[in-house]
Amino acid sequence: MQPEPTKPMGSSSAEPPAGTLHQSGSGNSGHWFGRVQALGPVIGLVLLCIVGTLLNGDFATVDNAMNVLTRTAFIGIIAVGMCFVIVSGGIDLSVGSMAALIAGSEIMFMNAMGSRLSSPTLTVVLGMLMAVVLGALFGLAHGLLITKGRIEPFIVTLGTLGIFRAYLTYFSNGGALTLDNDLSDVYSPVYYAGMLGIPVPVWIFLLVALLGGVILNRTAFGRYVQAIGSNEQVARYAAVDVDRIKILTYVLLGVCVGIATLLYVPRLGSATPTTGLLWELEAIASVIVGGTALKGGAGSITGTVIGAVLLSVISNILNLTSIISVYLNAAVQGFVIIVVAFSQRSRR
Amino acid sequence: MSVAIEFRDVVKDFGPVRVLHGISFALKPGFSYGLLGENGAGKSTLMKILSGFETATSGEVRVNGKPVHFDNSRAAEDQGIVLIHQEFSLAEHLTIAQNLFLGHEKKRAWLLDDAAMQKEASTVLAQVGLNVDVNTRVRHLIVAEKQLVEIARALLRRARMLIMDEPTATLTPGETERLFALMTQLKAEGVTLVYISHKLDEVERMTDRVVVLRDGRLVAQEATPGLGRQQMAKLMVGRELINLYPPKDPPPEGVAPALKVRGLTVPGWAYDVDFEVLPGEVLGFAGLVGAGRTELFEGLLGLRPCSAGSIKLLGKTVDIRNPRSAVRHGLTYLSEDRKGKGLHVNFGLYQNLTLMALERYAKPWLDAAKELRALQSAVTEFGIRTGDLHNRASSLSGGNQQKLALAKVLHPRPRVVVLDEPTRGVDVGAKSDIYLLIQRLAREGLAVIIISSELVELIGLCHRVAVMRAGCLQTVLHAEKLTEQELIAHATGTH
Repeated sequence: MQPEPTKPMGSSSAEPPAGTLHQSGSGNSGHWFGRVQALGPVIGLVLLCIVGTLLNGDFATVDNAMNVLTRTAFIGIIAVGMCFVIVSGGIDLSVGSMAALIAGSEIMFMNAMGSRLSSPTLTVVLGMLMAVVLGALFGLAHGLLITKGRIEPFIVTLGTLGIFRAYLTYFSNGGALTLDNDLSDVYSPVYYAGMLGIPVPVWIFLLVALLGGVILNRTAFGRYVQAIGSNEQVARYAAVDVDRIKILTYVLLGVCVGIATLLYVPRLGSATPTTGLLWELEAIASVIVGGTALKGGAGSITGTVIGAVLLSVISNILNLTSIISVYLNAAVQGFVIIVVAFSQRSRR
Repeated sequence: MSVAIEFRDVVKDFGPVRVLHGISFALKPGFSYGLLGENGAGKSTLMKILSGFETATSGEVRVNGKPVHFDNSRAAEDQGIVLIHQEFSLAEHLTIAQNLFLGHEKKRAWLLDDAAMQKEASTVLAQVGLNVDVNTRVRHLIVAEKQLVEIARALLRRARMLIMDEPTATLTPGETERLFALMTQLKAEGVTLVYISHKLDEVERMTDRVVVLRDGRLVAQEATPGLGRQQMAKLMVGRELINLYPPKDPPPEGVAPALKVRGLTVPGWAYDVDFEVLPGEVLGFAGLVGAGRTELFEGLLGLRPCSAGSIKLLGKTVDIRNPRSAVRHGLTYLSEDRKGKGLHVNFGLYQNLTLMALERYAKPWLDAAKELRALQSAVTEFGIRTGDLHNRASSLSGGNQQKLALAKVLHPRPRVVVLDEPTRGVDVGAKSDIYLLIQRLAREGLAVIIISSELVELIGLCHRVAVMRAGCLQTVLHAEKLTEQELIAHATGTH
């Protein structure tokens, strides 16, 4: 428990500055102040885009924008789920390894089913379904260990981080698990096709983000998630079923990882021991950069989406220019998350 | 060396709430003072300012004629001023010796000099009359022993002024006597004592002068002898007290109990407790701190494991596993710990109000407008004073936070409500509002259970009062038999 009142960063609950006169009616200085805080990541993103445009003419093209958004989709979808977990006061370090293991399992499953089922389409649909179910099951396991087993989420997911990746490496014998060609052909539109000029993964990302925003802000479940993160004891005394809600946040995140993975697999059609490496860093960084405090209680899905886009714009700029080596991408992301956390700390 | 203290126009604000309204008085060295006042009168705040735990918003504190400004308790300790809190500030996992020297460790070069510290620790333990090995871990001590460790620590810091906040609240009569003997001894050695207590007989016995605060203002400073308890009480509460409690309604008769508990055992806290409460009845629970009252009800709510017992709510035998199932059966509980368990202080007002009955607002999307309307009517109904409905709960004063917390536990429309210390840390005005509310709830047919450490409150409000001691229900007293003496006698086992 925090001895001092915590200060959530979300747009909906920023503290009104002391001494500010409240406007009459529904106008509230807290909302105004919150909006300025929430604008931080947006301003950062706009500045980055200006820099990118100045550095490389290819940056500000529709093709590149779609490319960036498609790549954001995987991390972004996971980050939406991660936002729920972090708002509830938890953390999941295993998402990268989980994505890798789900990808490998999905490929093995589809290859095995492909030889038995006559319809490759059905095989792919079943494979995608399996990815989501597996994600949900992994999330359920996390949730049960954390609530019923009363183990710190940090420890549980640190453990599964190792377990998931080791099993993928074992299944792939240290090499690659590759999807059969005929299945790959059927599956590839899930990544490569588009509607109205926008690739499928971006559509799904949009859908997941919208749904996430509605669930977090407009449902009883979302309110309970915030209540638990803000003060778990108070929530428990207020008849919130804390364990069930916490488990559900991890299941939700697992489902998000499953969706991200089923979109990712057709891109390369294979899974290797490096699949999903450092995705946990990117997903958590997206949430934090988006203005959600790691201590939980309040958070913003919009901010999370902007945070995810911001991080992939950085990596895109690194790719297009040669100022900083692209190998240092994760270093830049790590740097960004520390700077953002520092600035959150110093906000009053 | 002794310390003379003078307060000059000390003001303290907590956010929008002014808790001290310009207090001026002096404390002469070598005397023992009783500091009196109701909850929320500002006693603890004033003493925290003196001992460096809080800083005054304006005004000054003078020690031996010189204005001082303590940034922390250590600065005050250096001047010989030590406060012993109601809640102890001991590190439970460290030994007595380690606690005594915490932050002031003796060293030999870079290493701790344990031998010297243990030797000095045992000397000072002997001085306070605590006969325990200095290497005992503090968590193995009972409350009275921890208190002696606190006093020993103050002596080690060469305290010239010892402020004790409700030191006997958790002590048995025997332990209290030992503490008083120690206080007498310290006073003889020239230590100035400030004794904060609600127990007027102790104040009468142990102090030379009394200082009385009311609603953050100094009301009187008088010599104790000749003042008398009646006069002290009158100074403390002022004249409002006379009609602070609404006249009692006659107890309900001939109705089936709303809640009937048989043989409830919460291991470690409460054993084989039987009680029942009728619709329209106000049932009090009295007892010393640690008697197991809060824990009994936390067990009832499923917040602690119960090992036995049967619970009948509205005539039905129910199995309550957690607060959620309790709410479904029509039972809610207001925690004594408002900030830790009662309210989300960082949440908005309506998010707090509706949390226990959220399903009424989710169809399936939450209807914020409807929640706001519910808040609007709760603000009127419960008299919550707030500038803006969109404020956070932390912006409310203690009394208004408590009203919001009450509105919250009543929002699911329970049939039985348990209010644990419903007026703790609340000013007199809000207190009177809450008493009226409790009476109204009972009139509306709710069964109300009140746990309170303020005996006058239980006497003023309840139809019956159950008294607990050391986890066992001692007796249930009816209205006509309710007196402070009777309650204390049962609570301390000296009946």
